[in-house]
Amino acid sequence: MTARSRTAGRQRPQRHFPLQVLLGFLVVYFLVPFWWVIVNSSKDAPGLFGGGNTMWFADRIDYVENLTRLFTYDGGIYGRWILNSTLYALAGGVGATILSVMAGYGFAKYRFAGRRFSFSVMLGALMVPATALVIPTFIMFSGLGLTNTIWAVILPSLLNPFGVYLMHVYARDAVPDEILDAARADGAGEIRTFFRVAFPLMRPAVVTVLLLSAVASWNNYFLPLAMLSDNRLFPVTVGLGVWQGVASANNAGSTSLWSLIILGALVSVIPLVIAFFTLQRHWRGGLSVGGLR
Amino acid sequence: MTLLIEESAASTQKKAHKVRGKVRLREHLMGWLFVGPFGIVFLALLIAPLAYALYLSLWQKKLIGGTNFVFLGNYVKAFTDPTFLSGVWFVVRFSLVAIPLQIVIALAMALIVDAVTSLFTRFSRLMIFLPYAIPTVIGAVMWGFLYSKSFGPLTDIFGLFGATAPDFFSKNLIFYGLINVVTWQWAGYYMIILYAALQGIDPSLYEAARMDGAGKWQIALRIKIPLIAPALLLILVFSLIGTLQFFNEPQILRYLAAGTIAPGFTPNMYAYQQAFALANFNYGSAISFALGGVVFVCVYAFLFFTRKRRSFL
Repeated sequence: MTARSRTAGRQRPQRHFPLQVLLGFLVVYFLVPFWWVIVNSSKDAPGLFGGGNTMWFADRIDYVENLTRLFTYDGGIYGRWILNSTLYALAGGVGATILSVMAGYGFAKYRFAGRRFSFSVMLGALMVPATALVIPTFIMFSGLGLTNTIWAVILPSLLNPFGVYLMHVYARDAVPDEILDAARADGAGEIRTFFRVAFPLMRPAVVTVLLLSAVASWNNYFLPLAMLSDNRLFPVTVGLGVWQGVASANNAGSTSLWSLIILGALVSVIPLVIAFFTLQRHWRGGLSVGGLR
Repeated sequence: MTLLIEESAASTQKKAHKVRGKVRLREHLMGWLFVGPFGIVFLALLIAPLAYALYLSLWQKKLIGGTNFVFLGNYVKAFTDPTFLSGVWFVVRFSLVAIPLQIVIALAMALIVDAVTSLFTRFSRLMIFLPYAIPTVIGAVMWGFLYSKSFGPLTDIFGLFGATAPDFFSKNLIFYGLINVVTWQWAGYYMIILYAALQGIDPSLYEAARMDGAGKWQIALRIKIPLIAPALLLILVFSLIGTLQFFNEPQILRYLAAGTIAPGFTPNMYAYQQAFALANFNYGSAISFALGGVVFVCVYAFLFFTRKRRSFL
């Protein structure tokens, strides 16, 4: 509605040519690293180090060969990393979302004892550096024998106080008390009211929290770096970091590894870029909820 | 249906005195039922680790004599440890440059994208947001390629003008190299948040301002920016918390910038090194906690100053 009245309020289309040129420069800046990676992942080692144009394709374009090498190198470990990242993102994302939706709804719609106190404690937790938790969590998990298992990565990503905050704000505004009371008066229990009445109204924010938590798990680096030592459990972020360390430490002998890292970086961003483009409607809805308050 | 609700409302009122206690108890129970699962995870994975880290940080492990209770000894050690202090100084300086830069760029882009509606601005919005979809680690790897002497484009580009390419892995320039990486990574995300806030402003305000003779720049400065101040504040606080914990990018570029980025380059890297490379969990925990204290003081000071400033405006 706001969007329509905005355009109606405008008399003539506004062009602002200089501003668009400025914006154009910024777009180029933001796209340069992507362009470099797209171009250079097509090269073989001589093409990469042979001193040709670094911002354009070499004569030989080797995507297929490089892809084959990427997915067969070291027994196909790269494919495993991608699958691990997907598993961690899905498990952490779905788990964190279920907990956030329930807690956000509970905080917004029930006046229970200790509500204010626990809500402010949770808000305070937004300030706790996530990395400050990694060291003690590591020791606790190692006592339980959980380090170097998938649970060491999945369990900590279930915690998403920001998701609870977002769901709280959304449930408070989008689920009117009157509707809940009407459902109760019609004889629906609390659980039924939640699933049949409240949940459908909260769905847009649920999708946003799911996306945000899944992306946070996918991007995670410090936690799996500390928790995992078996490289078959690595997510792709840790795996590529290790490859890069190996390649830099041994610059001369590892020219072939560099082309794998470049293509590996490109392949690893494709799923998320596609997700962003196809789901952008949901992003914006949720970000405006978080940004306005 | 209406009748039913009215009727039940009336009967609820009548019985209110009798059932109040029962209803309240039910509300307590249901509230905790919904919040409980998150509460358990919160206690197990946030409160317990924090308490444990605090406990660990009060002890010291020595080769001879075992583990001793030293109370604040580790903190005294941290705040006199030149590596920790230089790390803190680095992240504070870094925040002071990186955050304003990101916000200014994000704000400028958001204002342009908000004011100019064309196919190109819609396309730009998406492209500028794209780096947010990239894990910070991969972003750092990508900029590592671009900075690289052996296959980055800088040598070629500066060669065109007969100049030597800057080495962003050198001691002098690593600061700016990292500033560039985080700006690239986050400016688009902040732009989207600010853009969402700008879209939420009631356009009739612009109409009224135009009637009063305000130009485009005045509308941007006097109406748009003050109205999105809450969103700006939110971004500033979150980016401050994030930047003081700087870890991923320097940790990744450390291999390429050998000798420039030491293991104790930022406080978080130092804590990681102490805990996981040297198995000194006590001192590592103390550093994490000390960093948490620094974050808290900085955020608090920031909120204090902005609140004061606003009362002047």
